[in-house]
Amino acid sequence: MHEMSIAHSLIEIVKEEMIKNDVRMLKAVRVHIGQMSAIVPESLSFCFEVMTSGTELEGTRLSMEIIPLEGVCTDCERAFEIQDFVFLCPQCGSRNIQTIAGRDLSIVEMEVES
Amino acid sequence: MKISVVKNILEANDRIAQQNRAFFDEKNLMVINLMSSPGAGKTSLLEKTIHGVKDVMRVGVIEGDVQSTRDAERIAKSGVPVAQINTGGACHLDGNMIRETFESFNFDDLDLLVVENVGNLVCPAEFKVGEDFKAMILSVTEGDDKPCKYPLMFRESKLLFINKIDLLPYVDCSVQSIREEALNINPALIFFEISCKTGEGLDAWYRWLKETVDAGKSS
Repeated sequence: MHEMSIAHSLIEIVKEEMIKNDVRMLKAVRVHIGQMSAIVPESLSFCFEVMTSGTELEGTRLSMEIIPLEGVCTDCERAFEIQDFVFLCPQCGSRNIQTIAGRDLSIVEMEVES
Repeated sequence: MKISVVKNILEANDRIAQQNRAFFDEKNLMVINLMSSPGAGKTSLLEKTIHGVKDVMRVGVIEGDVQSTRDAERIAKSGVPVAQINTGGACHLDGNMIRETFESFNFDDLDLLVVENVGNLVCPAEFKVGEDFKAMILSVTEGDDKPCKYPLMFRESKLLFINKIDLLPYVDCSVQSIREEALNINPALIFFEISCKTGEGLDAWYRWLKETVDAGKSS
């Protein structure tokens, strides 16, 4: 439901970066969405389309990559993919797990006309 | 041509939240971001808490709702300073909305500020407002499957209030199951089983709150 404000922030960053890199036409924006972020990709895509229509960003493709949730055990240092949101080390059974991926909500790349 | 831009989409909000936090720290104020679904008992818990700790700390409240000033009116009856934010549709509070309430308070006269977020189990978990920590309420009428369905909020919270335990005989909800599943997501979670209706379990919460606010003051 908060995808509208996320889309707004995303567009603000994109516009800033376009000025910074002297870009006029944008083909695509690539974003990473962590599995544990509270984002529905379809909804973000819809909001992005609505908010860019009629602007210089109209037609820009939003490509989203879902980043799986990964943790590292702070006791035995085993890194692993967290299944079903159970933060439990498969090697030593410790519950001291630090999230290392899957909380992302970031823009990673812009594709521009060359 | 591809241009690499690695930027957190929420960085603008994170930055404002950090500024809020620095401001609150300067005022020696503890700030709790209180979240739950609508009707879980956020305002009731606040009313009880304000009354329960009134002799030992000074509390202020920011009320977040999509519409209406009903919650602020309820809290104002408790005699504490309160500001109402109407998000006008937005499903969560953000750092900027909190900053805009600053002029409603004299923070030097407060020990604790509670931000009652918009009722919603999803979105508020994603937005920092400048809090010391997040706390959430799950009422037993909502069911024990909520930790698995809404993991982010359980992961982000420091406290979990299991509210309406007086209704346990009438609903199919296992507190043990809530505890087990919530601990899978967040092993450090601190639980309070409470009923805002009967007052059961609230004394333990008041004690914890006082100790935590005192510890914050002396650090």
